[in-house]
Amino acid sequence: MSPTSRSERRSRSFKPDRDVVEWHGAYVRYDLVKEFLVALGVVALLVVLLTVAFSSPDETPVTVRSWSTNNPVDFAQTAITELDGTSESATYGPPYNTGSNDTQSIGFFSPEKWVGVHIPINTAQDFVIGPLRTLPDRPDVRAALDRYQAAPASQQQAWTAAYEKAVANATFSNGVLHVAPGSYGPVGAIIGDLTSMARSGALDGALVSSKQFYSTDYTKPLLFIADGNYLSDLAGAQHLQGNQWGMMNETGNYPGQAWLWLYTLWYQVPPMNSSSSGDLQVWAIMMLLSLVMILVPFIPGLRSVPRWSRVYRLIWRQHYRSLATAPGASAKT
Amino acid sequence: MTVDSERESPTRNLPGILEEDAEQWTAKLRNAAIDALPPQRLMPDRQPAYVASWIYVFGVLTLAALAVVIVTGMVLAIMGPTWWHVSPVGHFVNSLHLWSVESFFAFMVVHLWGSFFMAAWRGKRRLTWVFGAFAFLASVGTAFTGYLSQQNFDSQWIGTQAKDGINSTGAGAVFNVLNFGQMLMWHIVLLPLAVGVIVGVHVLLVRRRGVVPPFALDEPGAPDDPPGSSGTAASAAIEGEA
Repeated sequence: MSPTSRSERRSRSFKPDRDVVEWHGAYVRYDLVKEFLVALGVVALLVVLLTVAFSSPDETPVTVRSWSTNNPVDFAQTAITELDGTSESATYGPPYNTGSNDTQSIGFFSPEKWVGVHIPINTAQDFVIGPLRTLPDRPDVRAALDRYQAAPASQQQAWTAAYEKAVANATFSNGVLHVAPGSYGPVGAIIGDLTSMARSGALDGALVSSKQFYSTDYTKPLLFIADGNYLSDLAGAQHLQGNQWGMMNETGNYPGQAWLWLYTLWYQVPPMNSSSSGDLQVWAIMMLLSLVMILVPFIPGLRSVPRWSRVYRLIWRQHYRSLATAPGASAKT
Repeated sequence: MTVDSERESPTRNLPGILEEDAEQWTAKLRNAAIDALPPQRLMPDRQPAYVASWIYVFGVLTLAALAVVIVTGMVLAIMGPTWWHVSPVGHFVNSLHLWSVESFFAFMVVHLWGSFFMAAWRGKRRLTWVFGAFAFLASVGTAFTGYLSQQNFDSQWIGTQAKDGINSTGAGAVFNVLNFGQMLMWHIVLLPLAVGVIVGVHVLLVRRRGVVPPFALDEPGAPDDPPGSSGTAASAAIEGEA
């Protein structure tokens, strides 16, 4: 192939959104190390000024003790749903259990279901019965638990259903949960004792206990707390609810994870804002958009947007101005 | 532009250093690294004249903010996760960490948009863009696990809200946002390592390929010709050809 024809072939294959013309123009002095150190100093000063002006939030965490102390009725109403297996956690599905309340899918695509249960949670045993059995010197509590566990499932269901109905109108005074009398067998004593245990702080420890001395896993208490209304009421007061753009915010007037705005945006628009598989739909959208961002240089049309938008003329306006004013200057780039 | 002297290994022809065994893996790796990034390209003291815009500042500002993030995070790591809740000094350091993260993201987003509008992937720079995009995504994950590791109300709320999204993907089986210990390890070991490596490769790729030249206004398909233009793309080298 002759040099001429090669040149012509290369000319035809030149794509301005993929290729560049080599720079043969001037070079100027540029001290990268000095630039970095100056930038480091400026950023460090900016960060110190922001810290002095705004500090950082550190809202006290909710404990089972604080929840049951500040809103014991909500705690009892939640505890009965953990015992009878109707709470959000009890019916959640993978990875916690075999429920299907939160199992999401897009057509046949349901990775949650495919992966299955990996963090087994039995709310009746893990949140109520197990912790109560750790109480020392309480034969009355053990007797109530023995009676409940020995009863047929239909009897357990009748007791818990009756109690759940009654506890909806419960009150709390003088350290005692007041529930209208009814046919709940041992369930009233069980929930009353669990409430007392929670208010003492003992339930916090029992929920994170493991076979080992050390523990850093708070899955169980967090799921229990999140099943109640207390945590979400506090979050609502701090403008953190899902319909308030949720977890991208932070307590107080702090910017939070502002970079999650696009992720949170999808939760505000149909059909994701009302779909039972909204989380999976949002994640599918974000995975697709992330892939598009990574592959921008390879996507025809999208990679041409910078050239079409002409924003580059603003960025390199000094360069283009110098080309325009230099008499007889080459404008290769 | 490649200069012959740039390809010379620093160990070649130096007094006191034995002649190298070019077949050795170590020598091959060293020479490949030097060929790819000769010292003057790795740390140049000259830049093309078109590198004269405020937008270029945001790349180095991002790196500077990352340095502050790392240093303040190391102080928090040295003192342990509960220190900043009980110590005024610890709270101050945590605040430095927070605002350096906020600054880091602000600078990085401007850098990202600037790179987009410069079409900074042109001329064999596509991998530079890809690593930059991965750096952004890895940073989002690092910040997210940081929020989960705070041991306060924000951690509780963010964790209990985020679990549904993570669980829906199936990842919740191995990435439990309610497990403080696991999230802390991701935040202070795995993800910072990932961000460090990705950002490091990104910076090396920038140094290897240099800063992308401006659009030539007389390129084929370019919007129009600049005043006084005389060059043609047919006479230009095409860096994009692999």
